[in-house]
Amino acid sequence: MFDVAIIGGGAVGTSIARELSRYKLLVVVLEKEEEPAFGVSKSNSGIIHPGTQNPPGLLKSRLCVEGNRLTRVIAQELGVDFKEVGELIVAFTEEEIFRLHRLLEDARALRVPGVRMVDQVWLRGHEPHLSPRVKAALFAPTAGIISPYRLVYDLAENALRNGVQIHTDSRVTAIENTRPHFIVHTSKGPFKAKYVVNAAGLYADGICRMLGITDVAIKPVKGEEFILDKKRAYLTNHLIFPLPSQSTKGILVIKTADGNPMVGPTATEAESKEDLSTSQEGLEKVFSAVKRMVPEINEKDIIAYFAGLRPKAGEDFIIRSEQAAHGCITVAGIQSPGLTAAPAIARMVTRLLRQQGLGLRRKILFHGHRKRSVHLFAVKPAETQKLIEQDPGYGDIVCRCEMVSAKEIRDAILRGATTLDGIKFRTRCQAGRCHGSFCTTRVMKMLAGERGIPVTAVTKRGKGSEVVKHDRADD
Amino acid sequence: MTGPMIERELVIVGGGPAGMAAALAAHGQGVRDILLIERDQFLGGILNQCVHTGFGLTYFKEVLTGPEYADRFVTKINSTPAIETSLRTFAVALSRTKVLTVIKPGRLQNIAARALIMATGCREKTREMIHIPGTRPAGIFPAGLAQKLINVEGLLPGNEVVIVGSGDIGLIMARRFTLEGAKVRAVIEIESASRGLVRNLTQCVYDFDIPVYFNHMISRIHGKDRVEKVEVVKVDGQRRPIPGSKFELSCDTLLVSVGLIPENELIEMAGVRLDEKTNSPVSEAPNTTAIPGLFVCGNAYKVYDVADSVTADSQLCGRLAAEYLLKIQGDSFRPLSPLEKPCKRR
Repeated sequence: MFDVAIIGGGAVGTSIARELSRYKLLVVVLEKEEEPAFGVSKSNSGIIHPGTQNPPGLLKSRLCVEGNRLTRVIAQELGVDFKEVGELIVAFTEEEIFRLHRLLEDARALRVPGVRMVDQVWLRGHEPHLSPRVKAALFAPTAGIISPYRLVYDLAENALRNGVQIHTDSRVTAIENTRPHFIVHTSKGPFKAKYVVNAAGLYADGICRMLGITDVAIKPVKGEEFILDKKRAYLTNHLIFPLPSQSTKGILVIKTADGNPMVGPTATEAESKEDLSTSQEGLEKVFSAVKRMVPEINEKDIIAYFAGLRPKAGEDFIIRSEQAAHGCITVAGIQSPGLTAAPAIARMVTRLLRQQGLGLRRKILFHGHRKRSVHLFAVKPAETQKLIEQDPGYGDIVCRCEMVSAKEIRDAILRGATTLDGIKFRTRCQAGRCHGSFCTTRVMKMLAGERGIPVTAVTKRGKGSEVVKHDRADD
Repeated sequence: MTGPMIERELVIVGGGPAGMAAALAAHGQGVRDILLIERDQFLGGILNQCVHTGFGLTYFKEVLTGPEYADRFVTKINSTPAIETSLRTFAVALSRTKVLTVIKPGRLQNIAARALIMATGCREKTREMIHIPGTRPAGIFPAGLAQKLINVEGLLPGNEVVIVGSGDIGLIMARRFTLEGAKVRAVIEIESASRGLVRNLTQCVYDFDIPVYFNHMISRIHGKDRVEKVEVVKVDGQRRPIPGSKFELSCDTLLVSVGLIPENELIEMAGVRLDEKTNSPVSEAPNTTAIPGLFVCGNAYKVYDVADSVTADSQLCGRLAAEYLLKIQGDSFRPLSPLEKPCKRR
């Protein structure tokens, strides 16, 4: 019998799991995909928002500001790179400048630190590739960037270290409310738990329905994003935002933790919760929007693109204890700024669970820190030299574009990567400009070898996405 | 700069046909200290996966397979003591002063090169570079990767194949897949004529009754986990889709063969400007760069149709490098080895 079953292994689910792992509790995370972060989280932009574009008074606004502060602590503890790059919300007209002042007031009401207006002279000095037509900008220095998937994997790994069980490939099929506990039925068998936390992202409404809760509806909003070659990292120094619209933060120029600039996202109603297709219209829309802000951005530098779905459930987050199903906490509608807010959400959920009667006793030995994963692309040559002396595997480069060594890939597999995408998200191997042309065969063989599976069983992202159909050696 | 520094006369990056031809040509001109570095565990580069014939028609006046063609050069390299080969060695950085940082199992090393030839070949354009919309399932391969999977690893990527682009690798892979028992549904080419060699179009596609759709493009990829089908549409002279011309082809595999890009990121790191369209170095004379003593040859210099052209280009480049070394002889770097007799001091 588990104390808490968390449904969903994304940024929210793993944040809650790690937070709960501080206490003497038996916690299980149930993830339907082959690996954590393979749902909504994998297409996250990786922005740690300062809290400037949300109206005061909403739950998400408060959690965003708190989450920005907490993320720094967590990044430090888990050894995830967090860079405080700051953001600029740009204005082209006097009317837009007026709106920036309104945003400034909102930000101050939410106590977002350091927010101020900057003029053209400042912009020329600090953001030289910005369009000269930008008249002024709102500068929020506490905006940051982080790798969304590396954060999720490190949260999951740390939760695991502290006793949480994580079951992947475990789709929840039904939930029985057999007071005083629940039986969560999954494709991998039933799990008994006293409390259930629904952090199922796009599918949170389906989980609600299994519990008899009918007022939550997730309407997926698609966002297409385009990743540019690292060579263009010089184009911007900050995250560049237009003025937010009623429903979204607009189409942005994003800096990523990996160094590649990224542009997007669009915001269109998705046909289904499985619809991750990109479109020509999306591409045109994104590039015309970002070129207005940074004219040198060019479609020619695209090295990858993807679409993600925001699990929208109205304007605000829904985080609440369910009256109809005592012991169940719903965490739904976690769209932007969900990644930023995740650690604050985790704390809030913990409080809600306590209010529902869950006893929280701190563990004497909570291992809050984890050893920083090595990324050769992020270290200086002197350190590379030392690493290679420690382990020759660091001197065996597999991915030429992103400089990923065999040792890093083996470590990723040991840490739980079971798919090509899992290795890509953890190490960046296959994520560069050649898109795996040169390294895919080697990575496939490493995955097969380390996991003891045939190479034909190696998948891109789980069952059904096997990379090759036949091995001639079997004929 | 950190780590040990060694000094070498001529360093060549890349042990494919270009690097090997350049090394041998420079040796032929009297250079006696040559380091050839190769990231793979064998010399030969991409030739090792080109098991089809048609190599060496001009240079050897023979019909060879890729590995046979490579082997002719590998044998010569291995029997030339002045050419040192360093395998599994990966160049990670290059400075303006021609200091090359390499990583190999167990070691990071800085190599100060008097002359440096980049024979780094090219990479394939990807589906992402031509922005084909749709989903991103398993089953989409650059044609060269599919070639490696089949010819080197013995793995068949799929059963029903559509090929986008009529580059030579794509055409050759149409035949290869057919011979392996897969069904090649079509070759889709946006231009009105093939980009590949006529002989490949005839021998690899028409001879196997594979339909080729010129003036067509793929407008969408479908499939959640694995490719399921592609949408194909006819285009006009401006490459705009013609309404009503759309049709679908079911397939589990999509090969992308839409061109090659010289791999020149290392010289770009050293400050050499690259042509925005071709990714070749911008320079005044063939095979040279704005940095004296830094040369580029083979497909890294310009994408060639056949290996013989790569060889010819690289031999010329090897001679250029030797000439350069002769010219700067006596400069402050270090004296040439006593073996360097054939070169007279000017």
